[in-house]
Amino acid sequence: MLAVSNLSCSRGDLQLFSALNFLLEAGQIMQVQGENGKGKTTLLRTLCGFHLPDAGAITWCGEDVNELAENFYANLLYLGHHNAIKDELTGLENLQISAGLAGIKLDEKTAIAALRRMGLKGRERLATKVLSQGQRRRVALARLLVGEAKLWVLDEPLTALDVGAVALIQELIAEHLARGGMVIFTTHQPLVIAGVEMRRLELL
Amino acid sequence: MNQLSIGNLLLLVIRRDLLLAMRRRADVLTILVFFVMVVSLFPLGVGPEMSMLRKMAPGVLWVAALLASMLSLGRLFSADYLDGTLEQMMLNPQSLAVLVLGKMVAHWLVSGLPLVLVAPMLGLQFDMSPPALGVLMLGLLLGTPILSMLGAIGAALTLGLRGGGVLLSLLVLPLCIPVLIFGTGAVEAVASGLSVVSNLSLIAALLMMCLVFTPWVTAQALRISLE
Repeated sequence: MLAVSNLSCSRGDLQLFSALNFLLEAGQIMQVQGENGKGKTTLLRTLCGFHLPDAGAITWCGEDVNELAENFYANLLYLGHHNAIKDELTGLENLQISAGLAGIKLDEKTAIAALRRMGLKGRERLATKVLSQGQRRRVALARLLVGEAKLWVLDEPLTALDVGAVALIQELIAEHLARGGMVIFTTHQPLVIAGVEMRRLELL
Repeated sequence: MNQLSIGNLLLLVIRRDLLLAMRRRADVLTILVFFVMVVSLFPLGVGPEMSMLRKMAPGVLWVAALLASMLSLGRLFSADYLDGTLEQMMLNPQSLAVLVLGKMVAHWLVSGLPLVLVAPMLGLQFDMSPPALGVLMLGLLLGTPILSMLGAIGAALTLGLRGGGVLLSLLVLPLCIPVLIFGTGAVEAVASGLSVVSNLSLIAALLMMCLVFTPWVTAQALRISLE
């Protein structure tokens, strides 16, 4: 369970948001909304511990995330604007390495299955520099299929994806929520999860 | 799902960085060629006076190794920083310091070890005696990892800064002075028939100290740089 109480953040002298409160429980999904520059990304990055908040607390199951540190990261999957994949490596190598960095030992068969489900059949062993933007995003998103992180923090997961891939992501999120996972994300595209109430947090 | 142990994580990072270095071979070769060029310029510039060349050899080789290792430091974290991999590294469930240690080891294997291996060949241009060449290699073997580790702190602190490369050298080069003094001291000692143990032991001690502290310090510096 992720709890945010009285959170304030600023970048430089600019106050982005203050006195933010919310609670995210198992099986819940929340969309962070707001215009460009309202602090959506900053909020997500603060949840991951990249920024320290000016005031307020973020707790995971009752304990402060910055004190839990590594114990919290084991429950967290963060996907930012950058894909965190290397052009020189193949999709398969990229997925195995990023899973490894998340502490998961991923054998080749599972990794290939994950990439195939992401619609990259036949592209698993190609250097990612020859793939299109959307395909690279798919390689990055294949991380959603491996590991057992409870909390997904997704910053604009749908950029560069086509309609089919968006539907696939919706399916993955629905499965994750059904398993008792939590998702907090931002997007400027419509994203609908059938049968789940979409909570919305508006940053003003 | 299988969990990776700390040791496996360390190996994963080393293997990953070596694999990336293999796919970008030009980067590795430029460092080596730079080292060979700088060292070879001295006999050409100073002239074929054997006794003078012999005397300046350890200093020239060590300074060139120092400068060559500075060249590649800028890239140590910047590529991972730009494509977002560094963020993922910070979120690893073990320890960022272990990942940093892995990157340091890989950096040394790619840019430090080749210098150690070619140094004796270059030493011949300076008419160094075989025992002196041996001590030079041993000193570089112990000393170049220190350069990679101290350099990593500087690379982490200057991450994302414009013109970070020059600042990085200004930060790191003064810290490398002890290694330079003991490294050249060892070669001079063997040339004048003294024991090299004290100089090499001091470098080894510095290496141990760096192994313990620098990964942790670099990890903290990376967290600050990513804020």
